[in-house]
Amino acid sequence: MLKLHEEKELTAHLAIRPAKIPEKVSIPLIQHLGKICQPVVKVGDEVKAGTLIATLEEKVVFAPIHSSISGKVSAIDDLPHPLLGRAKAVVITSDGLNRKEEFKPNSQEVIKQLTPHDIRKIIFDSGVVGMGGASFPAHIKLSPPKHLDSVILNGAECEPYLTADNRLMIEKAREIILGIGLVVKCTGARNVYIAIEDNKPEAISGFEKLLPDSEYKLKVLRSEYPQGGEKQLIKSVLGREVPPGKLPFDVGAIVHNVATVYAMYEAVYSGKPLYERAVTVAGDCLENPGNLLVRIGTSVKDLMDECGPLRKEPQRIVFGGPMMGIAQYSLNTPIIKSSNGVIFLSKKEIAPSEESFCIRCGRCVESCPMGLMPCLIALAVEKEKWGLAKAYGALECMECGACSYVCPQRRSIVQAIKYAKLKIAK
Amino acid sequence: MPDRLYVSVSPHIHSGESVPRVMRTVFIALIPSGLAGVFIFGFPALKVMLISILSCLITECLIQKARRQKIAASDGSAALTGLLLAYNLSSNVPFWIPLAGGIFAIAIAKQAFGGLGANIFNPALAARAFLLASWPKHMTEFLRPFSADGITQATPLTVIKEGAVKGLSDLGISYWDLFLGRRGGCLGEVCIIALLLGALYLLWKGYIWYHAPAGFVLTVGGLSWIFAAQGFLKGDFLFSVLAGGLILGAFYMATDYVTTPITKRGQLVFGIGCGIIAFVIRRFGGYPEGVSYSILIMNALTPLIDRYLRPRKYGLSKSK
Repeated sequence: MLKLHEEKELTAHLAIRPAKIPEKVSIPLIQHLGKICQPVVKVGDEVKAGTLIATLEEKVVFAPIHSSISGKVSAIDDLPHPLLGRAKAVVITSDGLNRKEEFKPNSQEVIKQLTPHDIRKIIFDSGVVGMGGASFPAHIKLSPPKHLDSVILNGAECEPYLTADNRLMIEKAREIILGIGLVVKCTGARNVYIAIEDNKPEAISGFEKLLPDSEYKLKVLRSEYPQGGEKQLIKSVLGREVPPGKLPFDVGAIVHNVATVYAMYEAVYSGKPLYERAVTVAGDCLENPGNLLVRIGTSVKDLMDECGPLRKEPQRIVFGGPMMGIAQYSLNTPIIKSSNGVIFLSKKEIAPSEESFCIRCGRCVESCPMGLMPCLIALAVEKEKWGLAKAYGALECMECGACSYVCPQRRSIVQAIKYAKLKIAK
Repeated sequence: MPDRLYVSVSPHIHSGESVPRVMRTVFIALIPSGLAGVFIFGFPALKVMLISILSCLITECLIQKARRQKIAASDGSAALTGLLLAYNLSSNVPFWIPLAGGIFAIAIAKQAFGGLGANIFNPALAARAFLLASWPKHMTEFLRPFSADGITQATPLTVIKEGAVKGLSDLGISYWDLFLGRRGGCLGEVCIIALLLGALYLLWKGYIWYHAPAGFVLTVGGLSWIFAAQGFLKGDFLFSVLAGGLILGAFYMATDYVTTPITKRGQLVFGIGCGIIAFVIRRFGGYPEGVSYSILIMNALTPLIDRYLRPRKYGLSKSK
């Protein structure tokens, strides 16, 4: 693992503020790992924030999707999607009234009576997915097929620029702790670890104050990339390694992201479905970066206008962090449930440079969190030796980008490995 | 309002590390030793360095032009090869020795294999081996330190090899002299303190790892102590480390990126291998000094080391 230029000071001190309600949102029908939802509204229908707009009747892996503003469904069409390029989406035009469905909050007493099954049902109905990036439906992760002993709250937030999780931990620590309680109830895990990197002192001291005599253990980790990766975090916190092809519950652990746990809290305690989330909007190009509470479906352009004016021309607009995030081709791309940040990168920040040949310096090998030899995979790919690429570990790669980040010759190692994965799969 | 957005694969930021920066840092680390060389052996040492560097740079430019490649001499790697080659020469060689050495280093040892990153052998050391084989007289005559009159002197290792004396005390010099560089030898290898100063800088900056140098130095020192000519466990550890080109070789040549193993474990093996070979050459071979040959031989074994010493993959238990 390695130390990055973090650039978190741009936004780490800025409290989460509600973004303006956009005039129009485009809500993709797939925002989760699994099957795409079917719309249950049609053009012309009136919806409010929190209205169910898409779901499935089948018993497959998915999470239902809700409207994020009040207004009228104006189109259902193929539109830009931050991860998939394009996907079917419901477009809602705002009526400017910001009406919401009536959410039924649950009292402490009621929640005490809820069975794990009830909790999973509420979380499923609220459309909660893993909000750290993987977007795996949360209710499935709450019904592990094996016994778990440890729950880890992922507050590492190791990607540069991003501070939304950090702000959430500072501002909503109490709620997050209640959310963890739900996870514990559903999984029966005995040990709870709250894992935070040491570059977030405010969040750490907040939890310290709230957890003096709690069962939950605060685990302060040295800031390293990519420690927020599920497998890396399990190693850092528990000293266990998840074998290739296995899942965290195979080693008795489950990892939930801060934002996900907060969304579970909101679903169960406030009865509120997931239709807005905290998003870091940052980058050298913006005059007013910040952490915004954004309605799902808000476009990049709306966020750019809100956090602008632009002081430089952005070269790349990235969803997620700059290490693993995805560069967007359109300003109409909407925020989805797993979008933890939108970064407007200037030419200076990208520092484009030509790729050159490998000098075997070994930096990539040293920085690889999976113990692979990235430089040799890339060389094997150049020679189209797929067997060799596999032997050097192409399939185990998590694409964290550490190798490309440290490479003095600017080799596109991650790109080569992605290509190798496609070729090996064939 | 951006009218053009660039799409590419992540990551979208970079550490800022580059080959010119690496080369510049190594250059800086080598400066103290160069200054010491000029101080000890006088102006001719500077002349050898300049000719060697220019020879390498010009050869690199000409070959890249001939191959219709981008002229990449500004990345500093050719200049660094030139400097390292000069450090492996005596200060009183005729001008055409560094000239020929520079041409051989770049044209044969580096570009003929495909250029930076593709060469198997350390170019500076390959050139040294070439010069030693071709003009041994010029390569084994060393000036006496601080003598303007051109009196030559053998290196301490040569004197001992020839059996004239047994140890340091007979040579009339102290360990302190060896540390400071008051002895005959190649112009960049004699001043140990200057070399260590630069090496510490590189270690601190993270540009080299300690594994290869530590393995190399400790192996040579240890074996020289254990299997000494004077008898079992009667050798002189410190002398064997300080008297030849071991420090220069261990910290600046056995740490070359291109020609040594990729992993830290591999580099440790590389260093130990170098140490064994260098010791065997010194103790039993025909040459008084074996550092450069040991590195060249281990260069050839590098692909093999990389093949067998891979890092442990995450999630695989150590026993597998």
